[in-house]
Amino acid sequence: MQRGTREYAIWSIGILLILTFSLFPVLWIVSLSLKDPATITEGTNFGNTFIPQDITFDNYDALFQGGIDNSPFIKPLINSILIGLISTVIAIVLAAFAAYAIARLDFPGKSLILAGALALAIFPAISTVGPLFDMWRALGLYDTYPGLIIPYLAFALPLAIYVLVAFFREIPWDLEQAAQVDGATPFQAFRKVIVPLAAPGVFTAAILVFIFAWNEFLFAISLTSSDASRTVPAALAFFTGESQFTEPTGNIAAAGVIVTVPIIIFVLIFQRRIVAGLTSGAVKG
Amino acid sequence: MAEIVMEEVTKRFPDGTEAVKHMDLDVGDGEFIILVGPSGCGKSTALRMIAGLEDITEGEVRIGEEVVNEKAPKDRDIAMVFQNYALYPHLTVRDNMAFPLRLAKVPKEEIDRKVEEAARTLDLTQHLDRRPANLSGGQRQRVAMGRAIVRDPKAFLMDEPLSNLDAKLRVQMRTEVSRIQSRLGTTTVYVTHDQTEAMTLGDRVAVMRSGVLQQVGSPGVLYEHPVNLFVAGFIGSPAMNFTPGELRGDTVKSALGELRLPDSVRQSIGEDGSRPVIVGIRPESFEDAQLVGGDARARGTTVRAKIDLVEQLGAEQYAYFQLEGEGVQSDELRELAEDAGAHEVPSSGEGQVVARLEPASQIKRGTEAELWLDLTKLHFFDPSTGRNLAAR
Repeated sequence: MQRGTREYAIWSIGILLILTFSLFPVLWIVSLSLKDPATITEGTNFGNTFIPQDITFDNYDALFQGGIDNSPFIKPLINSILIGLISTVIAIVLAAFAAYAIARLDFPGKSLILAGALALAIFPAISTVGPLFDMWRALGLYDTYPGLIIPYLAFALPLAIYVLVAFFREIPWDLEQAAQVDGATPFQAFRKVIVPLAAPGVFTAAILVFIFAWNEFLFAISLTSSDASRTVPAALAFFTGESQFTEPTGNIAAAGVIVTVPIIIFVLIFQRRIVAGLTSGAVKG
Repeated sequence: MAEIVMEEVTKRFPDGTEAVKHMDLDVGDGEFIILVGPSGCGKSTALRMIAGLEDITEGEVRIGEEVVNEKAPKDRDIAMVFQNYALYPHLTVRDNMAFPLRLAKVPKEEIDRKVEEAARTLDLTQHLDRRPANLSGGQRQRVAMGRAIVRDPKAFLMDEPLSNLDAKLRVQMRTEVSRIQSRLGTTTVYVTHDQTEAMTLGDRVAVMRSGVLQQVGSPGVLYEHPVNLFVAGFIGSPAMNFTPGELRGDTVKSALGELRLPDSVRQSIGEDGSRPVIVGIRPESFEDAQLVGGDARARGTTVRAKIDLVEQLGAEQYAYFQLEGEGVQSDELRELAEDAGAHEVPSSGEGQVVARLEPASQIKRGTEAELWLDLTKLHFFDPSTGRNLAAR
């Protein structure tokens, strides 16, 4: 009992420290986004620096002013959402097939594929930006959705494949054979039995891919030139202040808060699906 | 419903090992046949070839006159019950049982009707909306059975369906399986390593060893007339006792003394002259000599032995004693003894013998007792080939 309480206290303190460390910057951004740009540098102590004296939503308003054509933010936000979702869907579908094959079938070059995927994942993105820029210009993919989605897939697929292979391996093979004997084609068995059971893995992989595409900056800034396909992280760099002499700090902070929200929603929705023990009861263990 | 025919079926894995060798098996329409053997004998592989989960390297499998070698499992119209049940954990019991029907595009009302009916048969009605994770082992096993019977398939294939249950439940489910099969009259191939299950369930039993089918026959035939040492040692519990002997004319010399064979036995063996043999004696061929009447004594002989141990089981008792000299050395018996799944073969190696006695017997451990031995029930095997000398 004594020991339990003490352990509990130690854990609580540890968790509190980590939370503070990771949440403090987020809170600061929120604080910045609520301040009038002119007062951002004001404040003499932590209290009145960190907590905005006059809360204003002007920074948020400014982002959406001018409608879809003139706002510096709306079009990139739409781009980010679409590019993120399309990349996620394609990556998960392709990764599911690839991972299934790797987990279930014995074919020559299997380990080579896994090793290749891993090599790709640790490949420095910066080294591909130059060639991609030239290639995309020549192919007409520069500043288009596919121009970003393709490199995102290349870097997200290895990750998704690795996550899914791990989950598929956990599923008893007997289930699939049972489905086949029950009258399912291999594809039906995959779709009706394997995929639902691997759902936690599929959602985990989906979240990871989406976050990757959502946060990606290097390709976004290098392979786009206009709002036609520029995503939020890249667009933030092009924000201007209200006048020549004001920094766009407040606007950037407000945009930062807004782009964080979808990620939080995404994780919260899928978190409920990522439950352990979904496969328990399938077979006697 | 259909008959299943395996003709010269061989399974060779890519690494060259042959799991099943030239297997011929004829399962009649509506017949309940048991494939039995120690683990690794190829019985599951044979079943999976019938199911289509394993490719057939050579030979032919026919289900209802139709060659199914190249057919996918789904087109064979068979239902399988797996050792670990293989229930779909994300579906309720109802959906698990409806799964094959939905795939077959059966109308919804009919699915409901069939699932309800199967649930009633298997006493699962109140569990229909639960998930497999919340069921006990026995209930899961029944769901797996239910998923098989709703479809009314040509054949049931069962791969050790009861081996994950505890002993009491296993006996209970055994009668259940038997009852369901005889009611539905569906051709059934049932794989097990448990010879008790094999003997009690099937119309016929097929014994396998290292991929080779040893003998197919009714439980009675396998018990009374095993074709070789392996079948003799595998079928029966406690197992048959073996001791080396020397056949000379109409007597056999062994550690039990010089036994004079009755004419019937002598004739069934056929061969004349002198040769080494392995003598096989079922535990129940022994009896406490005190309890044997005059008639019976005439067809047997008595042996004296120092009893090491008596196991009192109520309805019967087992007396263990040691024979002089070496035990039997045989690959087949060694294999049986090594197989943890099978019952032990007490007499392989050390020459220990077990005798089944009437409960009335007063024989005590540590005493020297006189045992009667029924000479008409002896089995003789060729020490080199293991073949039963009486087998034609």
